[in-house]
Amino acid sequence: MAKRKTISQYIFDCFNVLFMIFMMIITLYPFVYVLFGSVSMPAEFAKHTGILLWPKGFQLEAYKMVFRNENIIIGYGNTLFYVTVGTAFNIFFTILTAYVVSRKELMLKKFLLLMMTFTMFFSGGMIPTYLMMQKIGIMGTRWSIIFPGLISVTNVIIMRTYFMGLPYGLEESAFIDGANDFQVLFRIIVPLSMPTISVMILFYAVGHWNSWFTAMLYLRDRRLFPLQLILREILVFNSTEDMMISLGNLRGQDMSEIIKYATIIVSTVPIICIYPMLQKHFVKGVMIGAIKG
Amino acid sequence: MIKINGKNQSLGTRIIKDLRKNKHVYLMAIPCILYFVIYHYWPMYGAVIAFKEFSPKLGILGSPWAGFKYFRDFFQSAYFFRTLKNTLVLNFLNLLFGFPAPVIFALLLNELSSNRFKRTVQTVTYLPHFISTVIICGMLLDFSSKDGLFNDVIVLFGGKASTLLLNKHFFRPLYVGSEIWQEVGWGSIIYLSALTAIDTQLYEAAHIDGAGRFKQLIHITLPGILPTIIIMLILRMGKIMNVGFEKVMLLYNPAIYEVADVISTFVYRKGIEEANYSYSTAVGLFNSVVNFLMLIIANNISKKTNENSLW
Repeated sequence: MAKRKTISQYIFDCFNVLFMIFMMIITLYPFVYVLFGSVSMPAEFAKHTGILLWPKGFQLEAYKMVFRNENIIIGYGNTLFYVTVGTAFNIFFTILTAYVVSRKELMLKKFLLLMMTFTMFFSGGMIPTYLMMQKIGIMGTRWSIIFPGLISVTNVIIMRTYFMGLPYGLEESAFIDGANDFQVLFRIIVPLSMPTISVMILFYAVGHWNSWFTAMLYLRDRRLFPLQLILREILVFNSTEDMMISLGNLRGQDMSEIIKYATIIVSTVPIICIYPMLQKHFVKGVMIGAIKG
Repeated sequence: MIKINGKNQSLGTRIIKDLRKNKHVYLMAIPCILYFVIYHYWPMYGAVIAFKEFSPKLGILGSPWAGFKYFRDFFQSAYFFRTLKNTLVLNFLNLLFGFPAPVIFALLLNELSSNRFKRTVQTVTYLPHFISTVIICGMLLDFSSKDGLFNDVIVLFGGKASTLLLNKHFFRPLYVGSEIWQEVGWGSIIYLSALTAIDTQLYEAAHIDGAGRFKQLIHITLPGILPTIIIMLILRMGKIMNVGFEKVMLLYNPAIYEVADVISTFVYRKGIEEANYSYSTAVGLFNSVVNFLMLIIANNISKKTNENSLW
């Protein structure tokens, strides 16, 4: 669409570009502020007013304290466990369920689909779920993090749509050659569905990474806490005292804020580094999800 | 014999045939069915304790019936109006400001002529979506503290510094504002993809007919993405009672319960912290039912006014 621009269009384009630059600044500045804060000298940082454009002084003590903090290290380890093992379980059972409801001539298919979609619109609520978790006896174990939300119905439906779009001839010839459903699913369908499966992995993994409420409800043992729950204590309940025990002159309220900033940076950097690489998958994922509605 | 197809056989033989043919499929279905029964349907059954004097010792079946006592308690208490109002107001504000924001953002992004710049803006604005709720709220709490970033900005424009989250006037703007900040870029993805599906010939024809960019926006672009907008709106309506309560829980404090306490946080405090199981289940059930009705109403409205529907 090559065409000459009128003056009003030119002005609009200028403002649009300026607006987008403003959006980027608004998005990034909070993180930049936290980063600058985390390496600033506590006393000088506390004294400053107005917008921070450069760190006030320089120290890395806060980071040393964060890395020396046992809770954060254990929390990181636990989160890694929940993200990897939890996601593996999610994916396995999502694939299984999607395969079951993608079989065309299965008598129970309609019933199963109805049973699943109903849970998207209605739930028993927080308390009955909590009581159920108490009853089945996995409360307080790592299973209490992995079991809730094991199969997401939305993801099953997306996966099913993908499975049903695959050419049926492939499965058919495998069945004629004597393969059973397990072999067809894991040898033929799964390898063909890797693009969708990788989107699912990302959805589930991000969910596990962010989750803290489930852990707060069902876990009592601090050694099992995921990172987010530890972060909640530090950032929301201000418990930075135990990190400052070894401190001499840096100690106090000012340092507490700097430690919080360092904690935020340490726990977001992995995500910030990873997400741009995954962008292509996410855009595809949102689109797949949208088609289904 | 060959002529016999499924329809002519009795139900029994059909079931046996189906089981024999699909035995592996049913084997796969077992763990999935178990999950849905235990994790979703057991609590749905468990919700009957809303109508009982539940005590953990007696169990669900053994506890005596209480009728609508707990519903009446809730409806007659001051909490009913407060939590319902807060839930609806927060959601309504979120819908009013948070829903159009990504649409407008997508339209503006679409007007950018440089693809590289567009992609940079997209990558940057997706970032907050990936930051966990705990960290977002941690940052919000810190920035709104007395010597935090927000107050620095307020002072810069001649205002007075105060702890914003202890002031009931600031909770809603902070909640909705941070929600938009976090989701505007991510939310625009779906509209951008709908925009790419619009036939470019339409724009060329409009251009030849002398339509400017604004007219093209009104007559081609907006109608082109309208179905997407409506579907997203229906989905949003169905969730109107589900505010992101995790965020509320992280941000609120007793000083601002008046504007911040929503149904889910109330259920949490009554049920988990005070072990008032039957009462909090009744409140939660009320929430679920209203939610369910909202979705049906939203879908029916959309079905009547245009062809878009979820089912």
